Amino acid sequence: MSEFLTMGGYALFVWPAYGITALALTLTVALPLRRHRQLIRELRLMAVQRNRETHK
Amino acid sequence: MRPKRRQRMILVGLLLLGVALAATLAMLALRENINLFFSPSQVVSGEAPHNTPFRLGGMVVAGSVQRASEGLQVRFDLTDTAQSVTVTYNGILPDLFREGQGIVAQGKLDQRGVFSATQVLAKHDENYMPPEVHDALQKAQAMGVK
Amino acid sequence: MDSHIELTWRARFHRLGSPPAVYRLASKLLPWASALCGLCFAVGLYSGLVLAPTDYQQGESYRIIYIHVPAAWMSMFVYVVLAVSGGIGLIWRMKLAEAVARISAPVGAVYTFLALLTGSLWGKPMWGTWWIWDARLTSELILLFLYLGYMALQAAIDDRRTAARAGAVLALVGVINLPIIHYSVEWWNTLHQGPTVTKFDQPSIALSMLVPLLLMALAFQLHFLVALLARIRVEILDTERRTAWVADLLAGDPHV
Repeated sequence: MSEFLTMGGYALFVWPAYGITALALTLTVALPLRRHRQLIRELRLMAVQRNRETHK
Repeated sequence: MRPKRRQRMILVGLLLLGVALAATLAMLALRENINLFFSPSQVVSGEAPHNTPFRLGGMVVAGSVQRASEGLQVRFDLTDTAQSVTVTYNGILPDLFREGQGIVAQGKLDQRGVFSATQVLAKHDENYMPPEVHDALQKAQAMGVK
Repeated sequence: MDSHIELTWRARFHRLGSPPAVYRLASKLLPWASALCGLCFAVGLYSGLVLAPTDYQQGESYRIIYIHVPAAWMSMFVYVVLAVSGGIGLIWRMKLAEAVARISAPVGAVYTFLALLTGSLWGKPMWGTWWIWDARLTSELILLFLYLGYMALQAAIDDRRTAARAGAVLALVGVINLPIIHYSVEWWNTLHQGPTVTKFDQPSIALSMLVPLLLMALAFQLHFLVALLARIRVEILDTERRTAWVADLLAGDPHV
């Protein structure tokens, strides 16, 4: 296990490469997913407000 | 297809063609400058610049590496199989530096035609294999079987 | 008769490209594509980091190849998607193609950035330098600037359709950089190695190392699909917010 973590002495290069890649790839998908949820919430709120105004 | 679309398509085609032409011309003009290094043959024939730093690329000749008994001073020959140039360097060599390895050195030629390097970079080839396979290949080659 | 068939086909084609149909399809595909992508990454990472043997020359450091090469391939593949969808948008004025181009660009920029970054982290221990201005590295950096230029253009022009057209012209001009990137290591001498996998003869990599590489390449392709699906939904919802079908969608299922 420790051999795996040290990467033959190249841990300082291999693991940051994998770490930053994992972070970047996750964010590329997670950010639009979050934006999608936000947008739905916003649009629903606007629809409710519009409804109230028409029923006044 | 409607004429308007055809017109746009022709425009896009012309755009691509024009850019390709411009890029080809630019690259032909820059052809030499885009190369990263000069080969030992180019140095021997006098194509490489004198008195200004340039990069020299080649393979480390087997058995040519001499290290100073003290310090980091090292001396070796670089070859492109046709010609070879002697390189001196004082500094830390990359992990991949070894005999037979491709090397790119930055530096200047001195009066005697020795290349004094300020930086030595290792160039690895495109082969990837486990050590056992490499050993087997070496043995096979040594026995004259390709 | 013929024109009748053609009409129905055209109608079908248009319905396929209609915003609600694409939105629903994207929502349906997203969980499956994500699961497949995750699975592919799990298998690819395990086989690349654990099962694949050490390299005879570069030791363990070569394992960066399993993200560097797929990221570099994707940086070029996404650019092809950007240019082709941009071109379709330019010629046929198809809104869906314009949207695909717009949402592909930042994803492609991420792959290009990762290819450069992982290459740098690989170059330092092996070559002895983080960066060198050789033809391969420089042309890949130009690719990053092309993506960033495209994104800047989209942000600078308020009218989306004008922005899409201007972006498409930039994307098409930049296509010339792709063969330069690919052949740079053959046309000029570089510090970067020559092609390993895409050579005409057999790839010069052991099979036990090649299989994880191809698995990771597939995982990156699926990642691009997932990113596209996630982004196209936002894009469609945003541009169609005033339409009846979005109102129906919001009124219906709370978890669309």
